[in-house]
Amino acid sequence: MTEKPKASEEQLAYAGVLNNGMWIGLALLVVTFIIYISGALPSYVPIEKLSEIPQGSNVPYWGMRAHEFNQAFNIPTGWGWVAQVGKGDYLNFVGIAILGGLSILCYLVILPILIRKKDASYVVIAALEVAVLLLAASGILKAGGH
Amino acid sequence: MIHSREVLKILLVVLSIMAIFVSISAFASETQEAARAAASASTTPWWVWPLALFVVTFVLGILAVLGGVGGGVLFVPIIGGFFPFNIDFVRGAGLLVALAGALAAGPGLLRRNLASLRLALPVALIASSAAIVGAMIGLALKPNVVNTLLGATILFIVAIMVTAKKSDFPNVAKPDNLSQSLHIMGIYREESLGKDVEWQVHRTPQGLALFIIIGIMAGMFGLGAGWANVPVLNLLMGAPLKISVATSKFLLSITDTSAAWVYLNQGAVLPMIVVPSIVGIMLGSIVGVKILVKSKPKAIKWMVIGLLLFAGLRALLKGIEIWK
Repeated sequence: MTEKPKASEEQLAYAGVLNNGMWIGLALLVVTFIIYISGALPSYVPIEKLSEIPQGSNVPYWGMRAHEFNQAFNIPTGWGWVAQVGKGDYLNFVGIAILGGLSILCYLVILPILIRKKDASYVVIAALEVAVLLLAASGILKAGGH
Repeated sequence: MIHSREVLKILLVVLSIMAIFVSISAFASETQEAARAAASASTTPWWVWPLALFVVTFVLGILAVLGGVGGGVLFVPIIGGFFPFNIDFVRGAGLLVALAGALAAGPGLLRRNLASLRLALPVALIASSAAIVGAMIGLALKPNVVNTLLGATILFIVAIMVTAKKSDFPNVAKPDNLSQSLHIMGIYREESLGKDVEWQVHRTPQGLALFIIIGIMAGMFGLGAGWANVPVLNLLMGAPLKISVATSKFLLSITDTSAAWVYLNQGAVLPMIVVPSIVGIMLGSIVGVKILVKSKPKAIKWMVIGLLLFAGLRALLKGIEIWK
């Protein structure tokens, strides 16, 4: 019986971080959602409001476009949610942010391995990817048209 | 070959599911009409919708596994078409649903050497950059334009699913210069043959160029992009089918991350839609894997195609305001 081909060192390192982070993120998402719907913490936007139709509108609040919804409730955009993390709805963003930040962490973990292996092209690719994901996460980029 | 009795069964199941979605859609319209008549109070308790969302996404999770498609591609057109949520929030949730599924599958695929980091990293850089652009375009477009384009895209995906062929072990006579300089190649154990299979890729520049379009579409519609990743990696670049499917799944964890951040930062993520959907799809996927052992994948594939066709037409007709 021949030995199975093994994944590279950086691939195994990436998988390890991804596995741990994914379980932490998903568990947090479920726990914080239970806190949210149980009403244990007050919500920034009251839960029952979401399905309500505001005066003069044709659709419920969650049927509004994102920017209209944000205006209606003065929702913080970008990383503004961090200041509201004590509210039940924004507490859920902790798990979401962990899932969203996981790939960045994985790249940061494999970068030293790639540098040690003198894999120059993949060092550049991984560094650029970190920059792209940080740019997306930064909140600097704004969608137009509103 | 599928027998006529099986075709009849599939049609009945698809028609039943369609009837359920049409009922949900009609219920949403009726409750909104009633709420409008009563000034601002909604007649439906808030918890009905996340509960319905959980049940529907659970079923979608089962169907996605059995039909061999990603959850996101079923989620966005069906939830966007038949639930009272705005397409902005549905796309934000769709990206997070696809992201969660990819993150969950990623570690196992990487460890078993089926998803290749060397293949994924250059592709991910292109696709994730393009997905940011796609997300920004998608959030700037009017909902009816998004629905029309989404409908057309879903119908295109149906056409790909019906016509595209797959190759287990494509013949790559000579790898191209770019893939050689990046050392994009590998070896994996093919259990069905009981031997190790060496692979390499060709047409890398053309493949990378196509991932610009794939990334933009993933970000714009929140669909995930396995439906496009696999044919490009397998048929164009010549990666074996298993490597293509696994690398595509892992790739989504990076592509969808960049687009998901744009939706999150623009306030287009509602936990009330996201969390029941993620939990529903993931639990459904677990059940789907168990059913897969006993099921007839070909019959189910046609069922999923029927559903996608219906959801695509719904999005298209909603976009051009024929079926509101």
